[in-house]
Amino acid sequence: MSAAIPVQHGIWRWLGALGRRSLQAVQSVGDAAVLTLQALGHLLRKPWQGRHFVLQLHALGVGSLVIILITGAFTGMVLALQGYYTLAKFGSESLLGAGVALSIIRELGPVLGAFMVIGRAGSSITAEIGIMRVTEQLDALRMMAVNPRARIILPRIIATMLALPLLVAVFDVIGIGAGYVVGVELLGVNPGAYIAEMTAKITMHDINGGWVKAIVFGFMIGSICTWMGYRAEPSTEGVARATTRAVVVASVSVLIVDYILTSFFL
Amino acid sequence: MIRGEHLGKSFGDVVAVRPLDIHIPAHAVTAIMGGSGSGKTTLLRLLSGLEKPTCGHVWFGEEDITAMSEQRLFKLREQMGMVFQYSALLNSLNVYDNVAFPLHEHTSLAEPVIRRVVSMKLEQVGLRGFEALMPSELSGGMAKRVAFARAMVMDPAVVFFDEPTSGLDPISAGVITRLIHDTASKVQMTAVVVTHDVQAGLSIADHVILMWQGEIIARGTPEDIRNSTDARVQQFVQGRPDGPIPFSRSTTPYIDDLLQAEMRA
Ligand SMILES: Nc1ncnc2c1ncn2[C@@H]1O[C@H](COP(=O)(O)OP(=O)(O)OP(=O)(O)O)[C@@H](O)[C@H]1O
Ligand SMILES: [Mg+2]
Repeated sequence: MSAAIPVQHGIWRWLGALGRRSLQAVQSVGDAAVLTLQALGHLLRKPWQGRHFVLQLHALGVGSLVIILITGAFTGMVLALQGYYTLAKFGSESLLGAGVALSIIRELGPVLGAFMVIGRAGSSITAEIGIMRVTEQLDALRMMAVNPRARIILPRIIATMLALPLLVAVFDVIGIGAGYVVGVELLGVNPGAYIAEMTAKITMHDINGGWVKAIVFGFMIGSICTWMGYRAEPSTEGVARATTRAVVVASVSVLIVDYILTSFFL
Repeated sequence: MIRGEHLGKSFGDVVAVRPLDIHIPAHAVTAIMGGSGSGKTTLLRLLSGLEKPTCGHVWFGEEDITAMSEQRLFKLREQMGMVFQYSALLNSLNVYDNVAFPLHEHTSLAEPVIRRVVSMKLEQVGLRGFEALMPSELSGGMAKRVAFARAMVMDPAVVFFDEPTSGLDPISAGVITRLIHDTASKVQMTAVVVTHDVQAGLSIADHVILMWQGEIIARGTPEDIRNSTDARVQQFVQGRPDGPIPFSRSTTPYIDDLLQAEMRA
């Protein structure tokens, strides 16, 4: 009997902690949404941040291009190898082109592209904004009558939202190309069948699905990574923690939203 | 010009500024002095609207900046400048772009004109010719002087200085102190200067506010402060190690800590 009390106590404490964590999580999502909406509100207000969108877009797009090329190529190549192995069991190697292209366009392009952008650009967005906060650069902007939400947050959200679909398009093209090289040149699939099956099986619906995913993921990455930096604890460890958390939260959210989008809409 | 009414700020359990009334007169230099951690920076951030107070109001002229819209506050800030305690230069921009930043943002001056204004402001702080350096390439004192030039570049009506001379050699500190004084008297700038440098503070200020542990313990003209009979004020002005203001911020005597550690061991 006497042992029951500490056990119960432990459970209560655990439940309490769980509740607190859940509330915190809900609060954070709300806070991030509010910050994003406030930033987006500046889209309609002067001064226009056009130059800063372009600067961010350039930094993001060009900065992530090489890694997108590499991951795109190897994804296409390994898909062709694995796809050939599976399809050969059914004697339908001619479907290889369609298989590779569908996987890349509908799924792997947007998701892997998003992961690469999170690792390459998202983390540095969080760290940069976090450091600006620690060193009072955000306050300095405010004192110079420049709103950091308009100048720092908004261009980065819009830039990731525009850059990701473009990078994903590059990923798709390179991936499909690399898949062709492995499938046709290395494994000896008939090139005519490869292309014909691919063009026959892929519909505009698949391509649009890829676009939609890339735009949604880009928007999420932009909002999450800027918010994490903006709300980072003002210390060195605070920024380090925020950066790690931004990468984890953004990656997990991409996977969850990917499932939701795929199952309900696309 | 700026008035704080029952103005207070706490961070969790830490009371940084106890509810106080403060008045910053227009076209004059007000010096806020006090020991480390006495709440000077926090008070400055409250007065400039960077920090939301826990209680009370800040009046800027006839307007309550604690209640106004963000847009209005940003509009008012076009007439304000601030030198931060740790400079807060924008890391991604070089010295020239840092100083020119407010001009690029809020004026439509042609670049040659901006270049002239910037080089004039940099000359005032003795850093003309350093335009191309990045903030990471500056010493602490140089960064402070660039921050000073940046704060003054729009010829603002109100400037907040958070220890504008800390980290500067005596000569640069003297130049900066004189600049604040001269600008305030010649172009009718309202200046709020937080400083540890008692002599400089007393020599340039029209009004002095002395803080201790989040409270104002004395205010008046430099004469009033010098002639104050309050033992705490005298201790601070003369920089005496012993007196009513303890140097240590610890709440328990060190000897007790040592004895307790001994007992536990
Ligand atoms: N953001 C914050 N979070 C928590 N506590 C804070 C914060 N800012 C200030 N404080 C606390 O408020 C008190 C006053 O700090 P403040 O920076 O205003 O002092 P100060 O007078 O400017 O000191 P110094 O002369 O050393 O710059 C200190 O006890 C400090 O620990
Ligand atoms: Mg301070």
